Amino acid sequence: MAVKSPKIRSMKYEDFKDNQYIDSLVEELNATGANVVVGKLDQLINWGRANSLWPLCFGTSCCAIEFMCLGAARYDMARYGAEVARNSPRQADYIMVQGTIVHRMAPVLRRLYEQLAEPRYVIACGGCAVSGGPFKNSYCVLPGVDKILPVDVYIPGCPPRPEAMFYGLMQLQRKIKVQKFFGGANRKEKIQDFFAKNAREVGKY
Amino acid sequence: MANIQDIIGKICPSATFEQGQTLLVNVPAQDWRKLAVALKQNSDLDFDVLSALIGMDWKETLGVIYYFTSTSRNWEMLSVKVEVADREKPMIHTVSDLWKVANFQEREVYDFYGIEFIEHPDMRRFFLRNDWVGYPLRKDYDADPAVNPIRMEDEENEDDTYSLKVQPDGSVRKVKGKVFDADDYVVNIGPQHPSTHGVMRFRAALDGETVKKVDVVSGYIHRGIEKLTEGMTYPQTLHFTDRMDYMSAHMNRHCLCMCIEKAMGIEVPARAQVIRTMMDELMRISSHLLAFGCTSMDMGATTCFFYGFREREKVLDIFEKTCGARMSMNYNVIGGVIADLHEDFVKDVKELCAIMPSRLKEYHKVFSGNIIAKNRMVGVGMLSKEDAINYDITGPSGRGSGWSCDTRKKHPYASYSQVQFDEVLEEGCDSYARYMVRMREIEESVKILEQLVDAIPEGPIRAQVPKIVKLPEGRWYTQVEASRGAFGVYIESKGEKNPYRMHFQSPCFNLVGVMDLTCKGNMIADLIVIGAALDFVIPDIDR
Repeated sequence: MAVKSPKIRSMKYEDFKDNQYIDSLVEELNATGANVVVGKLDQLINWGRANSLWPLCFGTSCCAIEFMCLGAARYDMARYGAEVARNSPRQADYIMVQGTIVHRMAPVLRRLYEQLAEPRYVIACGGCAVSGGPFKNSYCVLPGVDKILPVDVYIPGCPPRPEAMFYGLMQLQRKIKVQKFFGGANRKEKIQDFFAKNAREVGKY
Repeated sequence: MANIQDIIGKICPSATFEQGQTLLVNVPAQDWRKLAVALKQNSDLDFDVLSALIGMDWKETLGVIYYFTSTSRNWEMLSVKVEVADREKPMIHTVSDLWKVANFQEREVYDFYGIEFIEHPDMRRFFLRNDWVGYPLRKDYDADPAVNPIRMEDEENEDDTYSLKVQPDGSVRKVKGKVFDADDYVVNIGPQHPSTHGVMRFRAALDGETVKKVDVVSGYIHRGIEKLTEGMTYPQTLHFTDRMDYMSAHMNRHCLCMCIEKAMGIEVPARAQVIRTMMDELMRISSHLLAFGCTSMDMGATTCFFYGFREREKVLDIFEKTCGARMSMNYNVIGGVIADLHEDFVKDVKELCAIMPSRLKEYHKVFSGNIIAKNRMVGVGMLSKEDAINYDITGPSGRGSGWSCDTRKKHPYASYSQVQFDEVLEEGCDSYARYMVRMREIEESVKILEQLVDAIPEGPIRAQVPKIVKLPEGRWYTQVEASRGAFGVYIESKGEKNPYRMHFQSPCFNLVGVMDLTCKGNMIADLIVIGAALDFVIPDIDR
């Protein structure tokens, strides 16, 4: 059974600016093929997962305030089923890193990530989380959370507008929709391998 | 001024004086203690507020610059410079027993410069990890990432501390101590906690449910802004101020611009002054609305969060139209503002002013008069006026203790001298008083906006500024009233394109300093309420 291009209710497939990445994912999944029963189950589960993404409250600076606006009435995250911001990583699906990560925070963030239940996702939100932003050259700032965590979606901006955050959220929904929950492995690289590789590199920053 | 010089000269004959923006007293380190006691206790001097404490590295010497304010003498300021030549083991006598606010500030200086303070009760690092190597703000700091790589192992809890005690024979001895007693029951709150308003971490020692002591662990968002500014030109440094206390972005940037303008002798056009004032007040409204929403949400009143944000979006719309961004507006520039007002500005501000009074009534109906809210806040987190002054708690929190400390009134800047408004004071000294000051300040801000909105003068929005901004040699300190208190900027220039030292004196830094005092004796659940009512913003503390 072939995996189809992901459809989400909020926005048309063609309206997204960057479909190559999703296309390549779909192609990759179709290359191996999947059982019809498992494939149907996958679709059902992914439909549910993509529409109830619970974020972990993790805001270190300005982006967190914009994230609060997302939760308030005007932008209303509940439309995406993502309004249930959890305070414990054990109840959350993804971590949206909002703000600069500094040396002292890095081990804390890693630990929070490890406490998330699988399958888990990371969104790097804002310039600081993407690359260190305006503080990149500082003596104690991590130049992007992808140095210590595997990031799924990047949202640039300082801080990103709520609309941009929704765009990022929808990208994550699409990504989830083309994953194989059963059968295939969601993440090719094992997280332990990622951490081990990182441990060697992280000293350079 | 001559009067002060005479008095200080009598107390401390070795002191020398430098005229500048404020009078600067040079004191040798060994005589500093004598002068400090006199500054605080001598009724002719009576400098009861320590406004800023700035660590310095002058390459050959290290030292500290103090800025004192005297509330009894019309908010007159005095600065004192203390230098030590020993770079290996620099030591200066503490003033944390005289001005309690110095406790954390001296720890900051120790963290950045390695200057140890004699008789300081608790000499630990404040922002950086306790296994950090070197002192980052020293000019000869080795920034090689190999020295301080990102350490992914968890940090040890810092339970050991020490203080330097003067022995009877005059020598100094290191005395080890513990942060908590051996049988204390310590609960950790943060850094990832929804109600600490960011990534603040508290360690609270409990006796049953009662808080015995709160240890503040900061630095989870310390980004090293002050060091970064030293490598940048003045216009480049501006954007950092928007990202420190993002809820008073306009005020912070206003302050830095004002400091640079003062140093360069630039006259800001009247139109820009009025625009700046209006933007500051809009920012204050937006900040207090957020504070209202969060304070109430921390107590479980989620509805108020939606109410507060509903009006806040209106303010953000005004910002967005004129500045092009909802947050981190980057609007003030040296000499004025970057862009002219949007054509809808006047209309939008009038609309906001028209709806605010009725909305405030609604808030009071929903939350302020609520019996649960009152039970949670009245009499909780007491901070007396004396303590507020001693800990330099300015802004709504200080005024909730009845201390008249509004910089807009004491050192009027921009257009504040032309408008009529009242300084909001509450005598409750508790969390409820702080909360009420915020709510009433929204009314005052609306009043200021109403007066200015029809009187925006025509003319240029920016003064002529040289392409390359160079400050003459000297030092300047400027304060503005940010949403959470007096925000100060200190610039020391050697006549170059980039600052030799730029220091941001943030109000929230002092606010977190009273957490121990205000929480002591209250329930652990009240710690969150007290923190919410003090309303600190963590990136402003950590910078």
